[in-house]
Amino acid sequence: MSKNITVEELNTDVLIIGGGTAGCYGAYILGQDGRYKVLIAEKANIKRSGCLAAGVNAINAYITKGRVPQDYVDYCKNDAKGIVREDLLLSMSEGLNEATKNLEDNGLVILKDENGEYVTRGNRNIKINGENIKPILAKMANDSKNVSVINHVNITDLLVKDNRVYGAVGFDVNEEKAYVINAKSVLMATGGASGLYKPNNPGFSRHKMWYPPFNTGAGYAMGINVGAEMTTLEMRFIALRCKDTIAPTGTIAQGVKAKQMNGVGEIYETKYGVATCERVYGTTVENTQGRGPCYLKTDVISKEQEEDLYKAYLNMAPSQTLKWIEGGQGPAEQNVEIEGTEPYIVGGHTASGFWIDDDRATTVKGLYAAGDVAGGAPQKYVTGALVEGKIAAEGILKLLDEGNSLSDFDGAFEPIINNYNKHLNNSDSNISIEQVEEAMQKIMDEYAGGISKHYQFNDTGLVIARKLILGLFEVFEKLKATDVDELLQIYELRDRLIVCLSLIEHLHARKETRWHSFAENMTHQEEDDNYKLYINSIKEADGIKIIKRPLVVDDYKPLKFTFNEDNSINYAGGVVL
Amino acid sequence: MSIKINQDKCIGCRKCIEACPGNLIKLDNKKAFIKRDRDCWGCTSCLKECKTQAIEFFLGADVGGRGTILTFKEEGPIKHWIFSAGDREIRTIDINSLESNKY
Ligand SMILES: Cc1cc2nc3c(=O)[nH]c(=O)nc-3n(C[C@H](O)[C@H](O)[C@H](O)COP(=O)(O)OP(=O)(O)OC[C@H]3O[C@@H](n4cnc5c(N)ncnc54)[C@H](O)[C@@H]3O)c2cc1C
Ligand code: SF4
Ligand code: SF4
Repeated sequence: MSKNITVEELNTDVLIIGGGTAGCYGAYILGQDGRYKVLIAEKANIKRSGCLAAGVNAINAYITKGRVPQDYVDYCKNDAKGIVREDLLLSMSEGLNEATKNLEDNGLVILKDENGEYVTRGNRNIKINGENIKPILAKMANDSKNVSVINHVNITDLLVKDNRVYGAVGFDVNEEKAYVINAKSVLMATGGASGLYKPNNPGFSRHKMWYPPFNTGAGYAMGINVGAEMTTLEMRFIALRCKDTIAPTGTIAQGVKAKQMNGVGEIYETKYGVATCERVYGTTVENTQGRGPCYLKTDVISKEQEEDLYKAYLNMAPSQTLKWIEGGQGPAEQNVEIEGTEPYIVGGHTASGFWIDDDRATTVKGLYAAGDVAGGAPQKYVTGALVEGKIAAEGILKLLDEGNSLSDFDGAFEPIINNYNKHLNNSDSNISIEQVEEAMQKIMDEYAGGISKHYQFNDTGLVIARKLILGLFEVFEKLKATDVDELLQIYELRDRLIVCLSLIEHLHARKETRWHSFAENMTHQEEDDNYKLYINSIKEADGIKIIKRPLVVDDYKPLKFTFNEDNSINYAGGVVL
Repeated sequence: MSIKINQDKCIGCRKCIEACPGNLIKLDNKKAFIKRDRDCWGCTSCLKECKTQAIEFFLGADVGGRGTILTFKEEGPIKHWIFSAGDREIRTIDINSLESNKY
């Protein structure tokens, strides 16, 4: 008997895909306006989904006293060696403090001094208790006017006709039911992509990674599939994290000022430069040259500091505190070993993601993007994702106020539903979903610069990676889902395969090494001024097309996309030939 | 890194199932269980939802786990994190959610 998933149709003015940081805040802002119907479709439950599930440790992006938004822009630009969108960074930076205040008003605990001023950590951070930050945001979204939420619905495809988005399709992860959601505008807020490369702990603890293993790059994949332009995917993010637990290190490095030390006791903190990519690179070099393992030197801290670290980690990465306590030695007695993670694609830390304009509009009419899924503005973190959610919401309000009506596109969702049914009805095969995932991670690890290759790749390897990943797509089509839980796994794998393919093209197109480790191209080992530009891409019928666009710098007028009468894109920034 | 659900303590309220960001927990015969324990991220969202302390958090042996268990209990603003080995409690760390991190 063949399975046939049931289909329910829903209508809304605005569909928000992903009720995470940017999605919840975008919904809240639209709710403040209150005139339009908003629906959040979330694959898990907005109370604890996405990056913020376990809690966070600090507000990493804040304009502290005596500083101005342009300082933050300059810091990000420097850290990314010039490949950022200064226009996006500036509008983001201008909103950081307001978003922080709004979170505080809704219950976030922020540390204050005797004068009632926020206590800063370094130049850009403030100290908080971030354990419940996600429930706070979820409540803000839930309590908003005209906002409703459907949890446990995994969105897989956008509905787009002639470059105009008119909704999306997904399925319930618990019962055999698909949703076709018609919308006048869509905000993509699905976060970044983890699990593309073989992880640090490939065995039992394979999902003990830094970035949420459930953020699978769905937004990038959906955008790529409908021809949306992507930018700077080649600026991968590799985090320096506590060994095994892959817990953040900032709390130790900045909190108790622990220095990076190699296995022979030398401090190498500034030897390789202090940009984020150089800190990873330095640790990699120390290891490959036989001076590993590397540590954060904590054995000088007091017992009292140790207790505070235990608490700080329980508020965001409890496994690290468990590791200390279970091991019988805390950081005051034992230095904390660190390692680089597998590469992630995450637009909240680097500049990868949707190519967007100042309203956070993508090159597909009616589709907006915010948070880790959006490109151009690295170092967004929590507050930057909130601000982008807000700016995108305001852009959407402008679009809806123009009264842009949609015609009827009945039936166009059928091929998507047919695909669900295909996997639900495929016959058994000796190749499992898990095997294909592991194959993909191995290919990326070995030929596209994973951990085992010390993040290095070359042109020859990338060509092999492309061929092998393309080969996996064929196997993928035959995968069988015995239920919707397996259908979810199949679609998570699909997202990753699509992102891998575009990532490989981007790595190949930037023929230089601008960022050590993040994009360590061994065929082109030097930085090259000819690559002071954005590598963008669009998927076309015959493959992925690379477009090189000139940098948008501070003296440039704000970038606004324009569309033709037939909704095709007219202007999306200049082109470098 | 993963969780195990104590079937004797679970009352089948589904709260953990609702909360897990990876949709990993399912219900069988009115008891919750983790379907793919290798896919747990270790976020502890499920522990925070469970009112009967049925969920036990542990580190996999590949990341240094040796059998110690972490459980969670909330009383007003105080969050108790309880570390135990076998039936023996090693220690408890209490966190006041109204207080900020020092670092
Ligand atoms: C472990 C960790 C610690 C961090 N610590 C800090 C910190 O201390 N300070 C700081 O400022 N920043 C921190 N960050 C960064 C910050 O949390 C992120 O940059 C920010 O939360 C990203 O927001 P987002 O909305 O883009 O993604 P998310 O908040 O992850 O939201 C994405 C949402 O989309 C949903 N989703 C994904 N795919 C689909 C789909 N197909 N259909 C439907 N829904 C889908 C997800 O379930 C999720 O709810 C941390 C990040 C991580 C991972
Ligand atoms: S710890 Fe997090 S990822 Fe693991 S089962 Fe619980 S809620 Fe799910
Ligand atoms: S929250 Fe606790 S009691 Fe409720 S279903 Fe989950 S494990 Fe069982």
